[in-house]
Amino acid sequence: MFLSFIEELRGAGLKVGPKEHLALLEALDAGVIEPRVEEFYYLARATFVKDEGQIDRFDRVFGRVFKGVVEAQEEAADIPEDWLRAVMERMLNEEERAAIKSLGSWDEIMETLRKRLEEQKERHQGGNKWIGTGGTSPFGHGGYNPEGVRIGGPGRHNRAIKVWEKREFRNLDNSVELGTRNIKLALRRLRRFAREGAADELDLDATIAGTARRGFLDVAMRPERRNAIKLLLFLDIGGSMDPHIHLCEELFSALTAEFKHLEFFYFHNCVYEGLWKDNLRRHGERIPTRDVLHRFGSDYKALFVGDARMSPYEITIPGGSVEHDNPEPGAAWMQRLTATYPCAAWLNPVPPMEWEYSMSTTLIGELMGGRMYPLTLDGIDAAARALLRPNAR
Amino acid sequence: MRFEGTQDYVATDDLKVAVNAAVTLRRPLLVKGEPGTGKTVLAQQIARAAGAPLIEWHVKSTTKAHQGLYEYDAVARLRDGQLGDPRVHDIANYIRRGKLWKAFTSPALPVLLIDEIDKADIEFPNDLLQELDRMSFDVYETGETVAARERPIVVITSNNEKELPDAFLRRCFFHYISFPDRETMQAIVDVHFPGIDKRLVARALEMFFQVRETPGLKKKPSTSELIDWLKLLMHEEMPLSVLAEKDVRKSIPPLHGALLKNEADVQLFERLAFLSRRG
Repeated sequence: MFLSFIEELRGAGLKVGPKEHLALLEALDAGVIEPRVEEFYYLARATFVKDEGQIDRFDRVFGRVFKGVVEAQEEAADIPEDWLRAVMERMLNEEERAAIKSLGSWDEIMETLRKRLEEQKERHQGGNKWIGTGGTSPFGHGGYNPEGVRIGGPGRHNRAIKVWEKREFRNLDNSVELGTRNIKLALRRLRRFAREGAADELDLDATIAGTARRGFLDVAMRPERRNAIKLLLFLDIGGSMDPHIHLCEELFSALTAEFKHLEFFYFHNCVYEGLWKDNLRRHGERIPTRDVLHRFGSDYKALFVGDARMSPYEITIPGGSVEHDNPEPGAAWMQRLTATYPCAAWLNPVPPMEWEYSMSTTLIGELMGGRMYPLTLDGIDAAARALLRPNAR
Repeated sequence: MRFEGTQDYVATDDLKVAVNAAVTLRRPLLVKGEPGTGKTVLAQQIARAAGAPLIEWHVKSTTKAHQGLYEYDAVARLRDGQLGDPRVHDIANYIRRGKLWKAFTSPALPVLLIDEIDKADIEFPNDLLQELDRMSFDVYETGETVAARERPIVVITSNNEKELPDAFLRRCFFHYISFPDRETMQAIVDVHFPGIDKRLVARALEMFFQVRETPGLKKKPSTSELIDWLKLLMHEEMPLSVLAEKDVRKSIPPLHGALLKNEADVQLFERLAFLSRRG
């Protein structure tokens, strides 16, 4: 029985193996828990689950595999009364009562509820009339009726089944979102350590060698290792980028924390002759792109962030920009930038499968020499790799 | 020993089971959870409940795994060699014991806390695999083997800043301290402030949960912030009336500095309060 449990867990994508199984048996042998389903659930969870993101999946498998056992253990109980009390006590306050007026008066609702409960003899899932979970009836929870009376939740302390059926950890599942920390981890690839600056670290090997050679203590110092990568960041801002602003914020904060030599500039849709550093004064304080090209040497790496969604004219023809009359096409500036900074990459927050439907995305991708990557962990990883090798052109 | 929580620490059932499994089988217990939900305190309380000494190893970004075993101070030996100190002939004089060594050789069974393991370099947990598995290690300089007489109780905390390797996780029991629900929170407050005015707590808890549920917060306040805030409220002898405003969106809670640790969050509340006053 445990073996099938483990198979099911593996099927659900939890990395469990014989080691965990043996640990569970050992713990059961050692009498760690009282013989209660609830405690067994906790023990199995502590043994098999290694990340809070997996708890929800574990709960579902546990509920499925041990269903029979749990039901056998539960004494026949008067569930409806229990549910009713739960509703009375904690589920509905004055406002909520008012909110469900659409179904009739409070008394009517309670009366309907009572009737339904009488008709219903067992736990129920789905359907559109009976009280249970996942249905469309106004009673129950997880349903689609906006005015539904939510039934369930804690309050039945003596019955174990509730603990995993609550599925409290649902929100944590697949929680490996793109957080600042994850981005930093992906950026670790972009590290070239070099020793420069003040010598403030003891060089043990040189000290020993020096001391042995001279016959007296010869302390050698050296500068600390620091990340020597230099990065130019070009960020598309405004318009179609607005939905991605949160993601870009996180990327930006991760980048500023990771790199000492980081310069950032904003552009809109495509890079033209002017960039800016402050969005409030974008029209007043333009930095000529030519100055950027001259000021920062080709040892800098260029990272563009943008959705590359625009009219193709904005890239290909002079005067195509949506904001101003540009004397030269965006493509010319992109070519200059990628020529000066051979280590360049473009991060695109739009999912890759939508890229081919946008002509401008294809154009930019070609201008970047195919170095366009999605703004996901894998994409950042690939972009970091690309930034390390110059574009062969 | 059976861990049932202590006078000062409210342990939920699932936490008790996880702790007891780890203590009985002497496998490391990995504890995760939002900052401020009592991960580090848990180790202290296990030590207290077991009457065991607590050895704390606080991990930083620069911590290396071998520092937990021992460090060989070559520079001091070089210096002594130059000064003609007789101690120089015994290499053992220059070996500094790390926390793991102390835990392995402790006369009484200790609780070893490896705090915030995720702060260290990504390879750090891998470097400790063997040592935590066999509870022994070799000292190359002297050729001796340090082995634990009895496997210590090991508690490891992580803030999820880095993922831990599978091989490491395999060897641990895992527990995620979820944010306490209202009842548990009430129990926690009762434990920390016996005899506090019930109405004050009820009001404060209500405000606290409202603050937590406000969308857009950068850092949600957690248990330790609530405890600090209550402490402040009591210290300042705030009358009940200052908590009279039921809706935190209408007025920012008093002494909010204890709850909101991010200036953007404070601004968010000021804006909400401003909007509701105006409209």
